[in-house]
Amino acid sequence: MMGSPLRNPVLFTLGPVPITEPVIVTWGIMGVLVIGAHLLTRRLVLVPSFRQAALELVIDAIATQIRDTIRADPAPFLPLIGTLFLFILTANWSWLVPGIEPPTAHLETDAALALVVFAAIFWFGIRMRGWRGFLAGFAEPTLVMLPLNVVETFTRTFSLLVRLFGNVMAGAFMIGLALSLAGLLVPIPLMALDLLTGAIQAYIFSMLATVFIAGALGEDRSLATKGKSA
Amino acid sequence: MNWIQIASILGAAFAVGVGAIGPGLGEGRAVAAAMDAIARQPESANTLSRTLFIGLAMIETMAIYCLVIALLLLFANPFVH
Repeated sequence: MMGSPLRNPVLFTLGPVPITEPVIVTWGIMGVLVIGAHLLTRRLVLVPSFRQAALELVIDAIATQIRDTIRADPAPFLPLIGTLFLFILTANWSWLVPGIEPPTAHLETDAALALVVFAAIFWFGIRMRGWRGFLAGFAEPTLVMLPLNVVETFTRTFSLLVRLFGNVMAGAFMIGLALSLAGLLVPIPLMALDLLTGAIQAYIFSMLATVFIAGALGEDRSLATKGKSA
Repeated sequence: MNWIQIASILGAAFAVGVGAIGPGLGEGRAVAAAMDAIARQPESANTLSRTLFIGLAMIETMAIYCLVIALLLLFANPFVH
């Protein structure tokens, strides 16, 4: 990855649609996740096997994080947040397969993910509070804050996009630079750091999505907290 | 290499170099405060570290904005054709 990180060369066109490399990698990751999830959840039993116990551990960890952040039942949010987390984690780590560039290192993939979160804010806000309540939420705490709240809705989506893009792209770029400057062993610590950054950014993206959705739900959501889990 | 390109490269280096100072100081303060709080109340370490991570991400965004500006100057400069 030494060319411009803002440009995407078109590999081929599928009818009127130009297909770039991140699109192919993204569909590959989607395929791996869908087939993997299908295979892993094919035979669920009451007394879990090792495979099912590990799977339940992951789901339970994500659900606990959502419950602690949103202070409500995580069930309606778990599919979206969990999928976001697993997809971004897989995408950030996809460079472990030689020859594959992480699709999150390109602006377009991150823009799509941020748009999903943007739509989810409206979807959950309107579903939980109704049109009137959701729109009234923009005028909290006073009417003076209305323009700020409206602008904030857009800027925080933009900052989600820029944050993920900047971190992942900078990691990939640093590894490319180190590889071109010094040969074999020098990039390995950078790669280890990039693995850590990828995991943290996946966590932060999904947690910020949770926080934004929680903000759209307002203060009067059903406080179905199951107590503080340590 | 004309003057606009020279100025763009200097501007990009300057943007990242100076833009990293503020978030660096801010993140240091945030982590120090979080360490202090965890040392006082180790039982609330979970909540604290989650909030710390989210806060750090927010602070870090400022540095990332500088990085994006530098990238725009280097790779998508509107004044260089």
